[in-house]
Amino acid sequence: MEISRRDLFKIGGKILVLASAGATLEQIMGAAPAPEAYRRADHWWGMIIDIDKCIGCGSCVRACSNENHVPSGYFRTWVERYQVEEGKQPIVDSPNGAMEGFPIHTREGIKSFFVPKLCNHCADSPCVQVCPVGATFVSPDGVVLVDTTYCLGCRYCIQACPYGCRYLHPEKHVVDKCSLCYHRITKGLTTACCENCPTGARQLVDFKNPNDPVHEFLRNNKVEVLKPYMATQAKVYYKNLDGAVR
Amino acid sequence: MIPGVDGFMYPNEVELQWSLLIVLYPYITGLVAGAFILASLERVFKVDAVRPTYRLALLTALGFMLVAPLPLQLHLGHPERSVEMYLTPHRSSAMAMFGFVYLWYLMVVLLVEIWLEYRADIVHLAQTTTGLRRLVYKMLTLGSENVSPEARRIDDKVGYIVTLIGIPSAFLLHGYVGFIFGSIKANPWWSSPLMPIVFIFSAMVSGIAGVLILYMALMKVEKMTIDMNCLDTIAKYLFYTFVIDFSLEMLDLLHRTYEADESFRSLDFMVHTRLWFSHVIVQIVLCTMVPLAILAATQVWRFSEAHRKTLYALSAVLALIGIFAMRWNVVIGGQLFSKSFLGYTSYKMEFAAREGLLPAIGLMILPFLIVLALVKLLPPWVKGEAREV
Amino acid sequence: MVLLAGVGVFLVVRAAVIPKDFGKYGHYRPGALDMVGGLPISYAGHSQCALCHDAEAKMHDAGKHAGVACEACHGPQAKHVEAEGGNPPKLPDVANLCRRCHEKDAAKPKGFPQVDTVAHSQGMLCDTCHQPHSPHL
Repeated sequence: MEISRRDLFKIGGKILVLASAGATLEQIMGAAPAPEAYRRADHWWGMIIDIDKCIGCGSCVRACSNENHVPSGYFRTWVERYQVEEGKQPIVDSPNGAMEGFPIHTREGIKSFFVPKLCNHCADSPCVQVCPVGATFVSPDGVVLVDTTYCLGCRYCIQACPYGCRYLHPEKHVVDKCSLCYHRITKGLTTACCENCPTGARQLVDFKNPNDPVHEFLRNNKVEVLKPYMATQAKVYYKNLDGAVR
Repeated sequence: MIPGVDGFMYPNEVELQWSLLIVLYPYITGLVAGAFILASLERVFKVDAVRPTYRLALLTALGFMLVAPLPLQLHLGHPERSVEMYLTPHRSSAMAMFGFVYLWYLMVVLLVEIWLEYRADIVHLAQTTTGLRRLVYKMLTLGSENVSPEARRIDDKVGYIVTLIGIPSAFLLHGYVGFIFGSIKANPWWSSPLMPIVFIFSAMVSGIAGVLILYMALMKVEKMTIDMNCLDTIAKYLFYTFVIDFSLEMLDLLHRTYEADESFRSLDFMVHTRLWFSHVIVQIVLCTMVPLAILAATQVWRFSEAHRKTLYALSAVLALIGIFAMRWNVVIGGQLFSKSFLGYTSYKMEFAAREGLLPAIGLMILPFLIVLALVKLLPPWVKGEAREV
Repeated sequence: MVLLAGVGVFLVVRAAVIPKDFGKYGHYRPGALDMVGGLPISYAGHSQCALCHDAEAKMHDAGKHAGVACEACHGPQAKHVEAEGGNPPKLPDVANLCRRCHEKDAAKPKGFPQVDTVAHSQGMLCDTCHQPHSPHL
């Protein structure tokens, strides 16, 4: 039977209406949309840290240690306390990486503040440069990771890191370091340290996301990375970092 | 307060990563490169006076070359994965590229040169010995049994070319080790363009001193007379090399002190305290200035043969100790200070552990045992007679 | 000749032995990305806690501790969530917990609520007066 164009339009129109009704219904009913697969090329991870908000509680250190089963005595992240007296070398301490905060009181009357530190996930990373076999690398989404099945434990990368963020795992005998909670951020969660920071001093950021707060942060504040003269293209930005910080 | 730490160190910096074994490694490869350069003095630069030590120098280089990877294997967290350096070498990593430089030098330079030098002797020994020894020598001939003057001329020519390639290879071998340290911008004690050069020249000092001592020792054991002309020449080259090495190290020190950049105060304090004994007393005063003075004296004044032998031996031993101290001060020293320049840690050396003193001593004795075995297998000299060159 | 043959053999063996797809994204084994990405999670997060502990979550979100993660005080609870209420956590050690953040210290930012806890509490535990989920009095 011949279908006229008019009929086609009628039928097509009906199908369209039905389909859109169905879709709208699905939305209204609250059915979960198909989970978006994580696309590495869509992300470029980093972190922003506000020195003025850090209270040195050590929650981030404890959280990281629990989340990533960090061996005791080694640190994927830690907090340093600076006590800067005019005309003198700063006094810096980090009791057990600030795992229990800072039990000993800070001296009154001088400039003092806390500096959380972690792997800076450098885009031009010297640790990646020196790895002889390709066991440490920058992922396509900007996270410097260690392949624990491939690492020889030669420790060249530990020597090459200007920030002291790597260590040799005492049981696995491979190099370990902050992975920016890759197993969490690729699932839409934030890092353990950022999640547990009570003041929001630490925040995970995604430079490729146009709506990410990092863009405003960088535009409106005085920011610095650690050891900028090393030209490692570090991706952890500190707001109001004092010149005394090493 | 953390035991052994003064001031502040980043929490992960407190424990040293590269131990005594990593001090041993550049020391051993340095001896290899140095011994080879001495050998090449005769072959390429036609310094005939040192001919008697030519073969010994090659065997010394080989003995130490075979032991060189062992401290590394003991140090690695996963030595069974070390073959990955050859399978997937990271081209930007000096350590990875060094694996190939090492392989090249061992296979193509050392083994080929030794084989070419000894080939006629091996053939002769294959014909004159019996039993197991005969089998070993027959295998070593690699099927090439032609010892006509023509064939031997070819041996000579190819050997010359191999030595010629070998000299830059030896420089590359130890220069690379220097670069492994010198290219680390994170560590101001290591980061320097001078590092490969300093390593090469200190390697030459240790290699020449090593062959000098071995030559004297072996001659005594084999009850043969020492060729004094040879010994004098070796001592002369030791002196020259030492002068260059010392100048380079003083240049580095002067430059640092003059520029006094951010790291200077911290490093200066470290040298004055934790490294005072090993750096100033041992490396500089006892084991560089004293042997330099002794060697200079032998160049200026005439001493009797017996006196010269004593003075050379003393200088050589001090030089060997001094170059070891230099490696210690570079490797261990580079890890004693914090990259925050606010603190210092200490090196806790273990004794009977994987990276402890005991295996280190074993690894230093082993090459001498290998050289002794090599000397038995491939005698550098024919007893009693002067060798026909 | 021998050298070339040796190199040839090496290359063949290498192709067989190196990890699959090595070098696909860079000089590393691409399987490592999924390996690290697949590690187990220990901190479940506020939204998971709120599913069962609705009342506490509401009180918490309306109070001064709204910015403090549940697990910052209660520890990682992913196992507790997976066990659907099993594996209950130990209650936090109040004597030391509150002090870590709120003990007065010169290095802490001036606007942050901090007290000399000994003088302030006169020996009492903090939760004697303060409800931890919404502590402001």
